[in-house]
Amino acid sequence: MTEEKALSWSVLVGKSRPLAPPLTRDLMGIYTLWQRDVIRLWRDRIRLVGSFIQPLLFLFILGGGLSPRMGAMGVTGSGGTLGYQGFLFPGIVAMSVLFTASFAGVAIVWDREVGFLKEVLVAPLSRTAVVIGKILGGATNSVVQGSLILLLFPLFHLHPSPGRILLAFLVMILIGLTQTSVGILLGVRMTSSQGFMVLMNFVILPLFFLSGALYPLDRLPPWLAMASRADPLTYGVDLLRRALTGVHFHSMLTDLVSLGLFMGTMATLSVVLFNKTD
Amino acid sequence: MIEARHLSKVYKARKGDRTAVDDISFSVGEGEFFSFLGPNGAGKTTTIQMMVALLKPTKGTITIDSLDVVASPHEVRQRIGIIFQDPSLDDRLTAWENLEFHGRLYGIDAESRRTRGNFLLEVLGLADRKDDLVRTFSGGMKRRLEIARGLLHAPRLLILDEPTLGLDPHSRRSVWEHIHRVRKEVGMTVFLTTHYLEEADSSDRVAIINGGKIVAEGTPDRLKKDLSSEMLTLETNTPEKVVTYLLESYPKLSGMIRKEEEIVSFPMPSGEALSPWDLLRALPFPIREASVRRPNLDDVFIHYTGSELKGQTSEKGVRP
Ligand SMILES: Nc1ncnc2c1ncn2[C@@H]1O[C@H](COP(=O)(O)OP(=O)(O)OP(=O)(O)O)[C@@H](O)[C@H]1O
Ligand SMILES: [Mg+2]
Repeated sequence: MTEEKALSWSVLVGKSRPLAPPLTRDLMGIYTLWQRDVIRLWRDRIRLVGSFIQPLLFLFILGGGLSPRMGAMGVTGSGGTLGYQGFLFPGIVAMSVLFTASFAGVAIVWDREVGFLKEVLVAPLSRTAVVIGKILGGATNSVVQGSLILLLFPLFHLHPSPGRILLAFLVMILIGLTQTSVGILLGVRMTSSQGFMVLMNFVILPLFFLSGALYPLDRLPPWLAMASRADPLTYGVDLLRRALTGVHFHSMLTDLVSLGLFMGTMATLSVVLFNKTD
Repeated sequence: MIEARHLSKVYKARKGDRTAVDDISFSVGEGEFFSFLGPNGAGKTTTIQMMVALLKPTKGTITIDSLDVVASPHEVRQRIGIIFQDPSLDDRLTAWENLEFHGRLYGIDAESRRTRGNFLLEVLGLADRKDDLVRTFSGGMKRRLEIARGLLHAPRLLILDEPTLGLDPHSRRSVWEHIHRVRKEVGMTVFLTTHYLEEADSSDRVAIINGGKIVAEGTPDRLKKDLSSEMLTLETNTPEKVVTYLLESYPKLSGMIRKEEEIVSFPMPSGEALSPWDLLRALPFPIREASVRRPNLDDVFIHYTGSELKGQTSEKGVRP
Protein backbone atom coordinates (compact mmCIF):
# COMPACT_ATOMS: atom_id res chain seq x y z
CA MET A 1 0.00 0.00 0.00
CA THR A 2 2.63 2.50 1.11
CA GLU A 3 4.93 1.30 -1.64
CA GLU A 4 2.26 1.91 -4.19
CA LYS A 5 1.53 5.43 -2.94
CA ALA A 6 5.19 6.41 -2.83
CA LEU A 7 5.36 5.34 -6.40
CA SER A 8 2.30 7.27 -7.35
CA TRP A 9 3.61 10.54 -5.86
CA SER A 10 6.89 10.31 -7.70
CA VAL A 11 5.03 9.28 -10.83
CA LEU A 12 2.66 12.22 -10.42
CA VAL A 13 5.54 14.61 -10.01
CA GLY A 14 7.49 13.02 -12.79
CA LYS A 15 4.59 13.29 -15.20
CA SER A 16 4.12 17.02 -14.70
CA ARG A 17 4.96 19.49 -17.35
CA PRO A 18 7.95 21.68 -16.60
CA LEU A 19 7.23 24.68 -14.44
CA ALA A 20 6.07 27.82 -16.14
CA PRO A 21 8.79 30.38 -16.93
CA PRO A 22 8.98 33.45 -14.66
CA LEU A 23 6.97 35.81 -16.86
CA THR A 24 4.11 33.34 -17.35
CA ARG A 25 4.22 32.65 -13.63
CA ASP A 26 3.92 36.34 -12.87
CA LEU A 27 0.98 36.73 -15.24
CA MET A 28 -0.66 33.67 -13.75
CA GLY A 29 0.04 35.09 -10.29
CA ILE A 30 -1.62 38.38 -11.20
CA TYR A 31 -4.64 36.52 -12.50
CA THR A 32 -4.78 34.33 -9.38
CA LEU A 33 -4.55 37.20 -6.91
CA TRP A 34 -7.15 39.10 -8.89
CA GLN A 35 -9.47 36.12 -8.89
CA ARG A 36 -9.02 35.62 -5.18
CA ASP A 37 -10.11 39.17 -4.41
CA VAL A 38 -13.13 38.87 -6.65
CA ILE A 39 -14.17 35.55 -5.10
CA ARG A 40 -13.80 37.02 -1.65
CA LEU A 41 -16.03 39.98 -2.46
CA TRP A 42 -18.58 37.67 -4.00
CA ARG A 43 -18.67 35.48 -0.89
CA ASP A 44 -18.96 38.51 1.34
CA ARG A 45 -22.54 39.46 0.47
CA ILE A 46 -22.91 41.67 3.51
CA ARG A 47 -20.08 43.85 2.33
CA LEU A 48 -21.54 43.90 -1.16
CA VAL A 49 -24.96 44.99 0.06
CA GLY A 50 -23.62 47.20 2.84
CA SER A 51 -21.60 49.32 0.51
CA PHE A 52 -24.68 49.71 -1.66
CA ILE A 53 -26.61 51.38 1.15
CA GLN A 54 -24.34 54.33 1.86
CA PRO A 55 -24.55 55.84 -1.66
CA LEU A 56 -28.31 55.49 -1.54
CA LEU A 57 -28.40 57.55 1.65
CA PHE A 58 -26.43 60.28 -0.06
CA LEU A 59 -28.52 60.18 -3.21
CA PHE A 60 -31.97 60.13 -1.68
CA ILE A 61 -31.64 61.77 1.73
CA LEU A 62 -28.88 64.31 1.21
CA GLY A 63 -29.78 64.82 -2.43
CA GLY A 64 -33.52 64.82 -1.79
CA GLY A 65 -33.15 67.27 1.10
CA LEU A 66 -30.90 69.74 -0.65
CA SER A 67 -32.38 69.65 -4.10
CA PRO A 68 -35.36 72.02 -3.48
CA ARG A 69 -32.97 74.76 -2.28
CA MET A 70 -30.32 74.31 -4.93
CA GLY A 71 -32.12 75.20 -8.14
CA ALA A 72 -30.57 74.48 -11.53
CA MET A 73 -27.01 73.20 -11.46
CA GLY A 74 -26.35 73.58 -15.19
CA VAL A 75 -27.60 72.78 -18.61
CA THR A 76 -27.68 69.16 -19.72
CA GLY A 77 -26.48 67.94 -23.08
CA SER A 78 -30.04 67.89 -24.38
CA GLY A 79 -30.66 71.50 -23.31
CA GLY A 80 -32.72 70.85 -20.17
CA THR A 81 -31.79 72.06 -16.69
CA LEU A 82 -29.99 69.77 -14.29
CA GLY A 83 -31.39 69.42 -10.78
CA TYR A 84 -29.25 68.83 -7.71
CA GLN A 85 -29.94 65.12 -7.50
CA GLY A 86 -28.90 64.67 -11.11
CA PHE A 87 -25.82 66.76 -10.39
CA LEU A 88 -25.01 64.69 -7.31
CA PHE A 89 -25.49 61.35 -9.03
CA PRO A 90 -22.12 61.11 -10.86
CA GLY A 91 -20.39 62.28 -7.68
CA ILE A 92 -21.95 59.44 -5.72
CA VAL A 93 -21.03 56.90 -8.38
CA ALA A 94 -17.44 58.13 -8.00
CA MET A 95 -17.76 57.98 -4.23
CA SER A 96 -18.83 54.37 -4.26
CA VAL A 97 -15.85 53.51 -6.47
CA LEU A 98 -13.59 55.51 -4.15
CA PHE A 99 -14.75 53.82 -0.98
CA THR A 100 -14.55 50.28 -2.33
CA ALA A 101 -11.21 50.91 -3.96
CA SER A 102 -9.71 52.25 -0.76
CA PHE A 103 -10.81 49.01 0.79
CA ALA A 104 -8.13 47.24 -1.21
CA GLY A 105 -5.62 48.89 1.08
CA VAL A 106 -7.36 47.41 4.09
CA ALA A 107 -7.40 44.07 2.32
CA ILE A 108 -3.62 44.04 2.06
CA VAL A 109 -3.31 44.93 5.74
CA TRP A 110 -5.75 42.12 6.56
CA ASP A 111 -3.76 39.71 4.47
CA ARG A 112 -0.76 40.66 6.53
CA GLU A 113 -2.66 40.26 9.78
CA VAL A 114 -4.11 36.86 8.97
CA GLY A 115 -0.80 35.69 7.52
CA PHE A 116 -1.89 35.02 3.97
CA LEU A 117 0.47 37.70 2.70
CA LYS A 118 3.42 35.56 3.82
CA GLU A 119 2.19 32.71 1.67
CA VAL A 120 2.12 35.07 -1.31
CA LEU A 121 5.50 36.60 -0.50
CA VAL A 122 7.33 33.26 -0.33
CA ALA A 123 5.92 32.21 -3.67
CA PRO A 124 8.41 32.47 -6.53
CA LEU A 125 6.65 35.54 -7.78
CA SER A 126 7.85 39.10 -8.28
CA ARG A 127 6.55 41.67 -5.83
CA THR A 128 5.49 43.76 -8.78
CA ALA A 129 3.12 40.98 -9.86
CA VAL A 130 1.68 40.84 -6.36
CA VAL A 131 0.91 44.55 -6.34
CA ILE A 132 -0.54 44.51 -9.85
CA GLY A 133 -2.78 41.58 -8.94
CA LYS A 134 -3.95 43.45 -5.86
CA ILE A 135 -4.59 46.67 -7.77
CA LEU A 136 -6.56 44.88 -10.47
CA GLY A 137 -8.57 42.93 -7.90
CA GLY A 138 -9.44 46.01 -5.87
CA ALA A 139 -10.24 48.04 -8.98
CA THR A 140 -12.53 45.34 -10.33
CA ASN A 141 -14.45 45.18 -7.09
CA SER A 142 -14.82 48.93 -6.96
CA VAL A 143 -16.03 49.12 -10.54
CA VAL A 144 -18.61 46.42 -9.79
CA GLN A 145 -19.86 48.46 -6.84
CA GLY A 146 -19.86 51.66 -8.88
CA SER A 147 -21.77 49.99 -11.70
CA LEU A 148 -24.50 48.92 -9.35
CA ILE A 149 -25.06 52.58 -8.53
CA LEU A 150 -24.60 53.66 -12.12
CA LEU A 151 -27.54 51.47 -13.11
CA LEU A 152 -29.83 53.78 -11.15
CA PHE A 153 -29.41 56.62 -13.66
CA PRO A 154 -33.01 56.47 -14.99
CA LEU A 155 -34.27 57.40 -11.50
CA PHE A 156 -32.58 60.79 -11.85
CA HIS A 157 -33.97 61.68 -15.26
CA LEU A 158 -30.64 61.19 -16.96
CA HIS A 159 -30.57 59.85 -20.50
CA PRO A 160 -26.94 59.24 -21.47
CA SER A 161 -26.35 57.56 -24.83
CA PRO A 162 -24.79 54.05 -24.80
CA GLY A 163 -21.48 55.62 -25.87
CA ARG A 164 -21.55 57.92 -22.87
CA ILE A 165 -22.36 55.07 -20.52
CA LEU A 166 -19.34 53.29 -21.90
CA LEU A 167 -17.26 56.40 -21.23
CA ALA A 168 -18.58 56.51 -17.68
CA PHE A 169 -17.59 52.90 -17.27
CA LEU A 170 -14.05 53.59 -18.46
CA VAL A 171 -13.79 56.53 -16.09
CA MET A 172 -14.85 54.29 -13.21
CA ILE A 173 -12.05 51.91 -14.15
CA LEU A 174 -9.55 54.77 -14.08
CA ILE A 175 -10.82 56.00 -10.72
CA GLY A 176 -10.79 52.45 -9.39
CA LEU A 177 -7.20 51.84 -10.45
CA THR A 178 -6.02 55.17 -9.06
CA GLN A 179 -7.74 54.86 -5.70
CA THR A 180 -6.82 51.22 -5.23
CA SER A 181 -3.21 52.22 -5.76
CA VAL A 182 -3.60 54.98 -3.18
CA GLY A 183 -5.11 52.47 -0.75
CA ILE A 184 -2.32 49.98 -1.30
CA LEU A 185 0.30 52.69 -1.07
CA LEU A 186 -0.98 53.57 2.37
CA GLY A 187 -1.56 49.97 3.39
CA VAL A 188 1.80 48.50 2.43
CA ARG A 189 3.62 49.52 5.58
CA MET A 190 0.71 49.18 7.99
CA THR A 191 0.46 46.21 10.31
CA SER A 192 -2.89 46.89 11.95
CA SER A 193 -6.14 47.21 10.06
CA GLN A 194 -7.59 49.40 12.77
CA GLY A 195 -4.76 51.86 12.34
CA PHE A 196 -5.34 51.75 8.64
CA MET A 197 -9.04 52.58 8.99
CA VAL A 198 -8.16 55.63 11.06
CA LEU A 199 -5.57 56.74 8.53
CA MET A 200 -8.01 56.14 5.72
CA ASN A 201 -10.57 58.51 7.22
CA PHE A 202 -8.01 61.28 6.99
CA VAL A 203 -7.45 60.49 3.34
CA ILE A 204 -10.75 59.33 1.85
CA LEU A 205 -13.00 62.03 3.21
CA PRO A 206 -10.83 64.97 2.03
CA LEU A 207 -10.50 63.32 -1.37
CA PHE A 208 -14.26 62.94 -1.53
CA PHE A 209 -15.15 66.42 -0.27
CA LEU A 210 -12.60 68.20 -2.45
CA SER A 211 -13.58 66.37 -5.60
CA GLY A 212 -16.64 68.43 -6.37
CA ALA A 213 -18.88 65.40 -5.93
CA LEU A 214 -21.20 67.40 -3.70
CA TYR A 215 -20.91 70.95 -5.06
CA PRO A 216 -19.87 72.75 -8.25
CA LEU A 217 -16.28 73.89 -8.50
CA ASP A 218 -16.87 77.21 -10.24
CA ARG A 219 -17.17 79.57 -7.26
CA LEU A 220 -14.75 78.09 -4.74
CA PRO A 221 -12.48 80.22 -2.53
CA PRO A 222 -8.95 80.13 -3.99
CA TRP A 223 -7.44 77.74 -1.42
CA LEU A 224 -10.25 75.24 -1.97
CA ALA A 225 -9.89 75.54 -5.72
CA MET A 226 -6.16 74.79 -5.37
CA ALA A 227 -6.74 71.79 -3.13
CA SER A 228 -9.41 70.50 -5.44
CA ARG A 229 -6.99 70.54 -8.36
CA ALA A 230 -4.58 68.35 -6.40
CA ASP A 231 -7.26 65.71 -5.83
CA PRO A 232 -7.23 62.91 -8.42
CA LEU A 233 -10.90 62.24 -7.81
CA THR A 234 -11.81 65.75 -9.03
CA TYR A 235 -11.02 64.80 -12.59
CA GLY A 236 -12.85 61.49 -12.30
CA VAL A 237 -15.98 63.16 -10.97
CA ASP A 238 -15.82 65.85 -13.62
CA LEU A 239 -15.47 63.33 -16.41
CA LEU A 240 -18.24 61.15 -15.03
CA ARG A 241 -20.51 64.17 -14.79
CA ARG A 242 -19.70 65.15 -18.34
CA ALA A 243 -20.47 61.63 -19.54
CA LEU A 244 -23.71 61.26 -17.63
CA THR A 245 -25.16 64.79 -17.67
CA GLY A 246 -23.13 66.93 -20.06
CA VAL A 247 -22.21 69.36 -17.26
CA HIS A 248 -18.49 69.76 -16.57
CA PHE A 249 -15.85 72.12 -15.18
CA HIS A 250 -12.48 71.08 -16.63
CA SER A 251 -11.81 70.30 -20.26
CA MET A 252 -11.94 66.66 -21.29
CA LEU A 253 -8.22 66.73 -22.08
CA THR A 254 -7.33 68.07 -18.62
CA ASP A 255 -9.51 65.40 -17.03
CA LEU A 256 -8.08 62.50 -18.97
CA VAL A 257 -4.44 63.57 -18.73
CA SER A 258 -4.63 64.34 -15.01
CA LEU A 259 -6.43 61.12 -14.22
CA GLY A 260 -3.93 59.13 -16.27
CA LEU A 261 -0.98 60.85 -14.62
CA PHE A 262 -2.33 60.30 -11.13
CA MET A 263 -3.04 56.68 -11.90
CA GLY A 264 0.44 56.03 -13.30
CA THR A 265 2.14 57.78 -10.40
CA MET A 266 0.14 56.07 -7.66
CA ALA A 267 0.47 52.61 -9.19
CA THR A 268 4.21 53.06 -9.70
CA LEU A 269 4.69 54.36 -6.18
CA SER A 270 2.84 51.45 -4.64
CA VAL A 271 4.89 48.96 -6.68
CA VAL A 272 8.13 50.67 -5.69
CA LEU A 273 7.20 50.86 -2.03
CA PHE A 274 6.03 47.26 -1.89
CA ASN A 275 9.27 46.09 -3.45
CA LYS A 276 11.15 47.88 -0.70
CA THR A 277 9.12 46.51 2.19
CA ASP A 278 10.08 43.45 4.20
CA MET B 1 20.71 20.51 1.08
CA ILE B 2 21.07 23.44 3.47
CA GLU B 3 24.38 25.16 4.17
CA ALA B 4 24.40 28.08 6.56
CA ARG B 5 27.70 29.86 7.18
CA HIS B 6 28.21 32.45 9.90
CA LEU B 7 24.63 33.55 9.59
CA SER B 8 23.62 36.58 11.63
CA LYS B 9 20.54 38.76 11.79
CA VAL B 10 20.36 42.01 13.67
CA TYR B 11 16.97 43.68 13.93
CA LYS B 12 17.20 47.44 13.95
CA ALA B 13 15.07 48.89 16.68
CA ARG B 14 14.66 52.37 18.06
CA LYS B 15 16.07 51.35 21.41
CA GLY B 16 19.26 49.73 20.24
CA ASP B 17 19.68 46.78 17.93
CA ARG B 18 18.71 43.25 18.76
CA THR B 19 20.76 40.31 17.59
CA ALA B 20 18.24 37.57 16.88
CA VAL B 21 20.62 35.15 15.16
CA ASP B 22 24.25 35.29 16.14
CA ASP B 23 26.82 33.79 13.81
CA ILE B 24 25.37 30.32 13.39
CA SER B 25 26.61 27.67 10.96
CA PHE B 26 24.96 24.36 10.24
CA SER B 27 24.36 22.01 7.38
CA VAL B 28 21.57 19.60 6.61
CA GLY B 29 22.04 16.69 4.26
CA GLU B 30 19.73 15.52 1.50
CA GLY B 31 16.83 13.55 2.91
CA GLU B 32 17.72 14.32 6.49
CA PHE B 33 15.22 15.19 9.21
CA PHE B 34 16.81 18.04 11.08
CA SER B 35 15.42 19.84 14.12
CA PHE B 36 16.07 23.22 15.61
CA LEU B 37 15.20 23.00 19.26
CA GLY B 38 15.05 26.22 21.21
CA PRO B 39 13.02 28.25 23.70
CA ASN B 40 10.86 31.25 22.71
CA GLY B 41 12.84 34.01 21.10
CA ALA B 42 15.82 31.79 20.34
CA GLY B 43 15.93 32.89 16.71
CA LYS B 44 14.31 29.89 15.02
CA THR B 45 11.75 31.75 12.97
CA THR B 46 14.29 34.41 12.06
CA THR B 47 16.61 31.72 10.69
CA ILE B 48 13.78 30.29 8.62
CA GLN B 49 12.86 33.67 7.23
CA MET B 50 16.41 34.01 5.99
CA MET B 51 16.19 30.57 4.40
CA VAL B 52 13.21 31.61 2.29
CA ALA B 53 14.53 35.09 1.50
CA LEU B 54 11.89 36.94 3.47
CA LEU B 55 14.73 38.50 5.46
CA LYS B 56 18.21 39.39 4.32
CA PRO B 57 20.99 38.08 6.55
CA THR B 58 22.92 40.87 8.24
CA LYS B 59 26.03 38.73 7.82
CA GLY B 60 26.89 35.31 6.47
CA THR B 61 25.47 33.20 3.70
CA ILE B 62 22.92 30.48 3.29
CA THR B 63 22.55 28.14 0.35
CA ILE B 64 19.78 25.69 -0.42
CA ASP B 65 20.53 22.97 -2.92
CA SER B 66 23.79 24.85 -3.69
CA LEU B 67 21.83 27.98 -4.64
CA ASP B 68 22.53 31.18 -2.79
CA VAL B 69 19.29 32.35 -1.21
CA VAL B 70 19.95 36.06 -1.59
CA ALA B 71 21.13 35.80 -5.19
CA SER B 72 18.37 33.55 -6.53
CA PRO B 73 15.39 33.72 -4.17
CA HIS B 74 12.80 32.42 -6.63
CA GLU B 75 14.74 29.31 -7.59
CA VAL B 76 15.24 28.59 -3.90
CA ARG B 77 11.57 29.14 -3.05
CA GLN B 78 10.55 26.76 -5.79
CA ARG B 79 12.45 24.06 -3.91
CA ILE B 80 11.00 24.85 -0.50
CA GLY B 81 7.64 24.07 1.05
CA ILE B 82 7.08 26.04 4.20
CA ILE B 83 4.60 25.76 7.02
CA PHE B 84 4.75 28.99 8.97
CA GLN B 85 4.51 29.21 12.70
CA ASP B 86 1.43 31.43 12.39
CA PRO B 87 -1.53 30.49 10.22
CA SER B 88 -1.29 31.58 6.59
CA LEU B 89 -4.36 30.14 4.88
CA ASP B 90 -7.11 32.24 3.37
CA ASP B 91 -10.01 31.10 5.51
CA ARG B 92 -12.62 32.64 3.22
CA LEU B 93 -11.60 30.23 0.49
CA THR B 94 -12.20 26.50 0.36
CA ALA B 95 -9.45 23.99 1.01
CA TRP B 96 -9.31 23.22 -2.66
CA GLU B 97 -9.06 26.88 -3.67
CA ASN B 98 -6.17 27.36 -1.29
CA LEU B 99 -4.35 24.49 -2.96
CA GLU B 100 -5.30 25.57 -6.45
CA PHE B 101 -4.11 29.14 -5.96
CA HIS B 102 -0.88 27.97 -4.41
CA GLY B 103 -0.24 25.71 -7.37
CA ARG B 104 -0.76 28.55 -9.79
CA LEU B 105 1.54 30.89 -7.89
CA TYR B 106 4.24 28.22 -8.24
CA GLY B 107 3.63 27.79 -11.95
CA ILE B 108 2.27 24.24 -11.89
CA ASP B 109 0.11 23.12 -14.81
CA ALA B 110 -3.61 22.54 -14.31
CA GLU B 111 -3.56 18.76 -14.66
CA SER B 112 -0.80 18.36 -12.07
CA ARG B 113 -2.54 20.73 -9.71
CA ARG B 114 -5.57 18.47 -9.85
CA THR B 115 -3.84 15.11 -9.50
CA ARG B 116 -1.33 16.23 -6.90
CA GLY B 117 -3.94 18.15 -4.93
CA ASN B 118 -6.21 15.14 -4.72
CA PHE B 119 -3.33 12.88 -3.79
CA LEU B 120 -2.18 15.15 -0.97
CA LEU B 121 -5.66 15.73 0.42
CA GLU B 122 -6.04 11.97 0.52
CA VAL B 123 -2.72 11.46 2.33
CA LEU B 124 -3.48 14.21 4.84
CA GLY B 125 -6.99 12.93 5.50
CA LEU B 126 -8.83 15.96 4.14
CA ALA B 127 -10.33 14.54 0.95
CA ASP B 128 -13.90 14.73 2.24
CA ARG B 129 -13.55 18.37 3.26
CA LYS B 130 -12.03 19.65 0.09
CA ASP B 131 -14.86 22.00 -0.88
CA ASP B 132 -15.49 23.38 2.60
CA LEU B 133 -14.44 26.88 3.58
CA VAL B 134 -11.25 26.81 5.62
CA ARG B 135 -12.88 28.88 8.36
CA THR B 136 -14.93 25.81 9.26
CA PHE B 137 -11.77 23.75 9.88
CA SER B 138 -10.28 22.85 13.25
CA GLY B 139 -6.75 23.95 14.10
CA GLY B 140 -5.34 20.54 13.34
CA MET B 141 -7.09 20.36 9.97
CA LYS B 142 -5.76 23.77 9.03
CA ARG B 143 -2.27 22.63 9.87
CA ARG B 144 -2.69 19.54 7.71
CA LEU B 145 -4.02 21.63 4.87
CA GLU B 146 -1.00 23.91 5.16
CA ILE B 147 1.22 20.87 4.93
CA ALA B 148 -0.62 19.65 1.85
CA ARG B 149 -0.30 23.09 0.33
CA GLY B 150 3.39 23.30 1.17
CA LEU B 151 3.98 20.01 -0.63
CA LEU B 152 1.95 20.72 -3.74
CA HIS B 153 4.87 22.04 -5.76
CA ALA B 154 6.91 18.95 -4.83
CA PRO B 155 9.56 20.78 -2.79
CA ARG B 156 12.82 19.03 -1.99
CA LEU B 157 12.88 20.70 1.41
CA LEU B 158 9.96 20.98 3.80
CA ILE B 159 10.26 23.61 6.52
CA LEU B 160 7.99 23.20 9.53
CA ASP B 161 8.03 26.09 11.98
CA GLU B 162 6.50 24.77 15.20
CA PRO B 163 3.86 22.86 13.26
CA THR B 164 1.92 21.75 16.31
CA LEU B 165 1.91 24.98 18.26
CA GLY B 166 -1.42 25.56 19.94
CA LEU B 167 -2.87 22.15 19.12
CA ASP B 168 -4.30 19.79 21.69
CA PRO B 169 -2.44 16.50 22.26
CA HIS B 170 -4.81 14.59 20.05
CA SER B 171 -4.42 16.91 17.06
CA ARG B 172 -0.70 17.09 17.66
CA ARG B 173 -0.44 13.35 17.38
CA SER B 174 -2.59 13.33 14.29
CA VAL B 175 -0.50 16.05 12.61
CA TRP B 176 2.65 14.11 13.39
CA GLU B 177 1.24 10.87 12.09
CA HIS B 178 0.53 12.70 8.88
CA ILE B 179 3.96 14.27 8.70
CA HIS B 180 5.59 10.87 9.10
CA ARG B 181 3.24 9.41 6.54
CA VAL B 182 4.07 12.17 4.08
CA ARG B 183 7.75 11.71 4.68
CA LYS B 184 7.45 8.05 3.95
CA GLU B 185 5.35 8.50 0.85
CA VAL B 186 6.74 11.68 -0.59
CA GLY B 187 10.23 11.68 0.86
CA MET B 188 12.09 14.94 1.29
CA THR B 189 14.44 16.81 3.58
CA VAL B 190 12.68 18.17 6.64
CA PHE B 191 13.74 21.17 8.68
CA LEU B 192 11.73 21.39 11.86
CA THR B 193 11.71 23.95 14.64
CA THR B 194 10.06 23.10 17.88
CA HIS B 195 10.21 23.43 21.58
CA TYR B 196 8.51 20.11 22.15
CA LEU B 197 11.29 17.73 23.04
CA GLU B 198 9.57 14.57 21.98
CA GLU B 199 9.15 15.99 18.49
CA ALA B 200 12.84 16.70 18.16
CA ASP B 201 13.57 13.24 19.54
CA SER B 202 12.29 11.56 16.40
CA SER B 203 14.60 13.52 14.11
CA ASP B 204 17.92 12.43 12.66
CA ARG B 205 19.83 15.36 14.02
CA VAL B 206 19.10 18.15 16.47
CA ALA B 207 20.64 21.56 16.95
CA ILE B 208 19.84 23.29 20.20
CA ILE B 209 19.61 27.02 19.71
CA ASN B 210 19.48 29.56 22.47
CA GLY B 211 19.86 33.32 22.38
CA GLY B 212 20.61 33.19 18.65
CA LYS B 213 23.48 30.72 19.04
CA ILE B 214 23.70 27.00 18.39
CA VAL B 215 24.82 25.59 21.72
CA ALA B 216 24.82 21.88 20.86
CA GLU B 217 24.35 19.74 17.82
CA GLY B 218 24.19 16.03 17.10
CA THR B 219 21.92 13.04 16.92
CA PRO B 220 19.48 12.86 19.83
CA ASP B 221 21.31 9.76 21.09
CA ARG B 222 24.70 11.41 20.92
CA LEU B 223 23.48 14.47 22.79
CA LYS B 224 21.99 12.36 25.55
CA LYS B 225 25.11 10.24 25.87
CA ASP B 226 27.34 13.29 25.95
CA LEU B 227 25.37 14.64 28.86
CA SER B 228 25.73 11.55 31.00
CA SER B 229 25.00 7.90 30.98
CA GLU B 230 22.53 8.13 33.84
CA MET B 231 20.21 10.60 35.47
CA LEU B 232 19.53 10.32 39.16
CA THR B 233 16.28 11.51 40.71
CA LEU B 234 15.89 11.83 44.45
CA GLU B 235 12.91 12.59 46.61
CA THR B 236 13.74 14.08 49.97
CA ASN B 237 12.40 16.24 52.79
CA THR B 238 15.47 18.44 52.71
CA PRO B 239 16.05 19.29 49.06
CA GLU B 240 18.08 22.47 49.77
CA LYS B 241 20.54 20.61 51.96
CA VAL B 242 20.89 17.84 49.41
CA VAL B 243 21.63 20.34 46.65
CA THR B 244 24.22 22.17 48.74
CA TYR B 245 25.87 18.93 49.65
CA LEU B 246 25.96 17.72 46.05
CA LEU B 247 27.51 20.96 44.83
CA GLU B 248 30.19 20.82 47.50
CA SER B 249 31.07 17.22 46.87
CA TYR B 250 30.79 17.32 43.08
CA PRO B 251 31.57 20.84 41.81
CA LYS B 252 31.13 19.54 38.26
CA LEU B 253 27.40 19.42 38.81
CA SER B 254 27.21 23.19 39.03
CA GLY B 255 24.34 24.32 36.83
CA MET B 256 23.15 20.78 36.19
CA ILE B 257 20.97 20.15 39.21
CA ARG B 258 17.25 20.61 38.90
CA LYS B 259 15.01 20.96 41.88
CA GLU B 260 11.24 20.75 41.74
CA GLU B 261 9.54 20.90 45.13
CA GLU B 262 11.05 17.96 46.95
CA ILE B 263 12.50 16.29 43.90
CA VAL B 264 16.12 16.77 42.97
CA SER B 265 17.51 15.42 39.73
CA PHE B 266 20.93 15.56 38.13
CA PRO B 267 23.19 13.60 35.81
CA MET B 268 25.72 11.29 37.42
CA PRO B 269 28.97 13.25 37.69
CA SER B 270 31.15 12.09 34.83
CA GLY B 271 34.74 10.95 35.06
CA GLU B 272 34.46 9.52 38.57
CA ALA B 273 34.41 5.86 39.33
CA LEU B 274 31.17 6.22 41.16
CA SER B 275 27.97 4.27 40.96
CA PRO B 276 24.60 5.79 41.82
CA TRP B 277 24.53 3.43 44.73
CA ASP B 278 27.81 4.78 46.13
CA LEU B 279 26.59 8.32 45.76
CA LEU B 280 23.37 7.57 47.55
CA ARG B 281 25.09 5.81 50.41
CA ALA B 282 27.44 8.74 50.92
CA LEU B 283 24.56 11.15 51.15
CA PRO B 284 24.15 12.26 54.80
CA PHE B 285 20.44 13.01 54.46
CA PRO B 286 17.40 10.79 54.46
CA ILE B 287 16.10 10.00 50.98
CA ARG B 288 12.53 8.86 50.51
CA GLU B 289 12.88 7.56 47.05
CA ALA B 290 15.57 7.36 44.40
CA SER B 291 15.54 6.31 40.80
CA VAL B 292 18.03 6.04 37.99
CA ARG B 293 17.11 6.54 34.33
CA ARG B 294 18.68 7.30 30.97
CA PRO B 295 18.84 10.98 30.15
CA ASN B 296 16.23 12.27 27.72
CA LEU B 297 16.30 15.25 25.41
CA ASP B 298 14.60 17.26 28.11
CA ASP B 299 17.69 16.92 30.29
CA VAL B 300 19.93 17.82 27.38
CA PHE B 301 17.85 20.85 26.55
CA ILE B 302 17.81 22.14 30.08
CA HIS B 303 21.49 21.46 30.44
CA TYR B 304 22.41 23.54 27.40
CA THR B 305 19.85 26.29 27.52
CA GLY B 306 19.34 26.54 31.25
CA SER B 307 16.00 27.82 30.15
CA GLU B 308 14.26 26.70 33.29
CA LEU B 309 16.96 28.16 35.45
CA LYS B 310 17.66 31.41 33.72
CA GLY B 311 17.63 34.56 35.80
CA GLN B 312 17.18 32.65 39.00
CA THR B 313 19.78 31.35 41.43
CA SER B 314 22.02 30.57 38.53
CA GLU B 315 25.26 30.45 40.51
CA LYS B 316 23.81 27.45 42.28
CA GLY B 317 22.03 26.07 39.27
CA VAL B 318 18.98 25.54 41.40
CA ARG B 319 15.42 26.53 40.76
CA PRO B 320 13.83 27.89 43.91
N1 LIG C 1 10.41 41.89 13.20
C1 LIG C 1 11.17 41.92 14.31
N2 LIG C 1 11.68 43.08 14.74
C2 LIG C 1 12.45 43.13 15.85
N3 LIG C 1 12.79 42.06 16.58
C3 LIG C 1 12.31 40.87 16.20
C4 LIG C 1 11.48 40.73 15.05
N4 LIG C 1 11.16 39.43 14.91
C5 LIG C 1 11.75 38.79 15.92
N5 LIG C 1 12.46 39.64 16.71
C6 LIG C 1 13.27 39.28 17.89
O1 LIG C 1 14.24 38.35 17.49
C7 LIG C 1 14.40 37.34 18.47
C8 LIG C 1 14.21 35.98 17.82
O2 LIG C 1 12.88 35.85 17.39
P1 LIG C 1 12.35 34.58 16.62
O3 LIG C 1 10.96 34.88 16.20
O4 LIG C 1 13.31 34.21 15.58
O5 LIG C 1 12.34 33.50 17.78
P2 LIG C 1 11.78 32.01 17.75
O6 LIG C 1 12.91 31.13 18.11
O7 LIG C 1 11.07 31.73 16.50
O8 LIG C 1 10.77 32.06 18.97
P3 LIG C 1 9.35 31.36 19.16
O9 LIG C 1 9.59 30.01 19.67
O10 LIG C 1 8.69 32.23 20.17
O11 LIG C 1 8.66 31.41 17.83
C9 LIG C 1 13.41 37.65 19.57
O12 LIG C 1 14.12 38.28 20.61
C10 LIG C 1 12.43 38.59 18.93
O13 LIG C 1 11.95 39.50 19.88
MG1 LIG D 1 9.21 31.22 15.98
